[in-house]
Amino acid sequence: MDFSVFFQPAFSGGGTYLDWVLSGIQWTLLVSILGWVIAFTVGSVLGVLRTTQRVVLRAPATLYVEVFRNVPLLVQMFIWYFVLPEIVPRALGDWMKTQMPMPEFWNAVLCLGFYTASRVAEQVRSGIQSIPRGQTYAGLAMGLTQPQVYRHVLLPMGYRIIIPPLTSEFLTIFKNSSVALTIGVLELTAQARQISEYTFRTFEVFTVATVVYVLITLTVTVAMRALEGKVRVPGYLGPAGR
Amino acid sequence: MNFARPAFVLLAAAAIALPAAAQEGTLKKIKDTGVIKIGHRDASIPFSYLDDKQQPIGYGVDICLKIADAIKAELKLPKLKVEFVPVTSQTRIPILTGGNIDIECGSTTNSVERQKQVAFAPTYFMTGTKIIVKKSAGIKRYEDLKGKTVVFTAGTTNERAMKAYNDAKKLGINFIPSKDHAESFLAVETGRAVAFPMDDILLYSLRASAKNPADYAIIGEFLSDDPYGIMMRKDDPTFKKLVDATVTRLYKSGEINKIYAKWFQAPIPPKGINLGFPMSDALKALIKNPNDKGVEACGKMKC
Repeated sequence: MDFSVFFQPAFSGGGTYLDWVLSGIQWTLLVSILGWVIAFTVGSVLGVLRTTQRVVLRAPATLYVEVFRNVPLLVQMFIWYFVLPEIVPRALGDWMKTQMPMPEFWNAVLCLGFYTASRVAEQVRSGIQSIPRGQTYAGLAMGLTQPQVYRHVLLPMGYRIIIPPLTSEFLTIFKNSSVALTIGVLELTAQARQISEYTFRTFEVFTVATVVYVLITLTVTVAMRALEGKVRVPGYLGPAGR
Repeated sequence: MNFARPAFVLLAAAAIALPAAAQEGTLKKIKDTGVIKIGHRDASIPFSYLDDKQQPIGYGVDICLKIADAIKAELKLPKLKVEFVPVTSQTRIPILTGGNIDIECGSTTNSVERQKQVAFAPTYFMTGTKIIVKKSAGIKRYEDLKGKTVVFTAGTTNERAMKAYNDAKKLGINFIPSKDHAESFLAVETGRAVAFPMDDILLYSLRASAKNPADYAIIGEFLSDDPYGIMMRKDDPTFKKLVDATVTRLYKSGEINKIYAKWFQAPIPPKGINLGFPMSDALKALIKNPNDKGVEACGKMKC
C-alpha cells in the first residue's frame, strides 16, 4: 500500500492524481444530486397520478413506471446517449451531439433522473396508499376538494411514511451514478479506473474510491435520519417501543 | 499493488526448497490445472476478435494457439485445455497480473512503462498512432483538432500519445473516453467526436468494416510507435523462454508469413473483407531479428 501515488503529478492536464479524484467526486455529486432533483419532482407527480381515480391520469403514469423501471439502467444510458440523437429531427440531433455543452453529463443526469423517478413514484404511491381511506373521506366530508385532500392530508403523511425507503433510493442514485462512466462522464469510478491505468495502483485507488462512496452515503443517511426525526408526528410516526 | 507478487515469492521459495522441481510459475500453474487461459479482445481486427459465431480468432490468437501447442508438448499434456477469456484495454493488465489469464493475445503495445508490470514476447506487429475522421468534418492535420471533441479508447497508448500532443501544442481538445474500439468508432460515425486516435492498422480494419468505408479518412503522421507483443506475467523466465522460442521458431521457419497472409492479405471473417495490408519493412526487420524492445515513455522507439 502506497498512497503517495495521489500526490504524484498526473499524466496530463497539470495537477496531481488527487485532483483527478476530487474532480471525480465533484461529478459524482453533481450527477447524483441533479438527477435526484428530477427524480423527486417527476416521481412525486407520477406517484400522485398513480393513486388518482381517473384512468386518463393513472394509465400514462403506470406505463411510465413500468417502462422506466423494467429497462436496465445501462441500456437506458446508451439509449439517451447514442440512440436518442439519431431518432429526433436531424437539426436537434446534431445539436445534441456537437453543440450541446457537456452532452455526456446532461445525458447522464436526465437518464439517472428519469430512471429513479419511476422508483420514487412507486414509493410515493405506496406512502399515499398506506394511509387509511377514512382520512380521505374525513377530508372530503370537511369540504376539502380532491387536490386539497392531497395537499393537506395525504401528502404530508405519505412523505413522512416513506422517508426510510426514499433514503435508500437517494443512496442508490449515488451508486448508480457510476454507470455514467459508460457514456464518458469522468465521475469517481471512472477517475479511479483511469488513475489505476496510469499508475497501476489499483488497490490504493479503489480503496480511496470505496471510502469516498461510503462517506457520501453515510452523510446522506445521517441527514435523512435527522430529517425524519425533525418532521415526525409525535405519537403517530416513529419507531415503536421506544 | 502487484497482486501476483506474493504468489511469486511463494513459488520462488518453493523453487529454492525443491531444486529438482522441473516447472515453476505459469508453467506449473498450467500443469496443475490442465488449462491454459488465453486473454483475447473483442474488436481488435484482425489481431484478436470475435467471429460471427462469437469465437475468438485472429493473427494474435493463431500465434497464441501455436504457443499452446508448444506448452502441450513441453509439459507432455496432450489433453491441455485452451480457455479463452475476454479482456479490454482497461482490464488486460490487472487480469493478467491477477492470474486469471496466462497470456494475452491482442493488440497490446509493448512499452517500457508496461514492462514494469508485465513481460512481452518478441514484437509481432509494428504500427503507430494515427487518427480516423469523417471526410466531411474537414480535418486534414492534427492542428485542425483545436477545440474539437476527440474520442479515445480508455487504457490505450494512443490515448496517451494524443493527450501528450494536445498538452504540447495546447490544442484544447475536449476528450471523451469510451470502453472499446467499436464504441469509439461509433462516436465518430454518429458525429459525437470528430476524430479517434488509434493504431493505424486497427483504423484500417475498422474502416473496412464500416457501413460506408469511403466516408472516412485516416490521416496524420505517426504520433507514436506501437510495437505489438504477446503479454505474459513478469519475472517468469522459464515461461517467457518457451513463449519467445515458439515465436522465434515461427519467424525463422517462415511459418509467420503464412499466418500473416491469412489475416492481412486474404478475406477474413465475419464479412470476408481483405485488408490488403502487405508486411511492412519494419516488421520484416523484426522477423529477421526478433526482439522484445518496448516503446519509450515519449511514445517513440527512440526518444
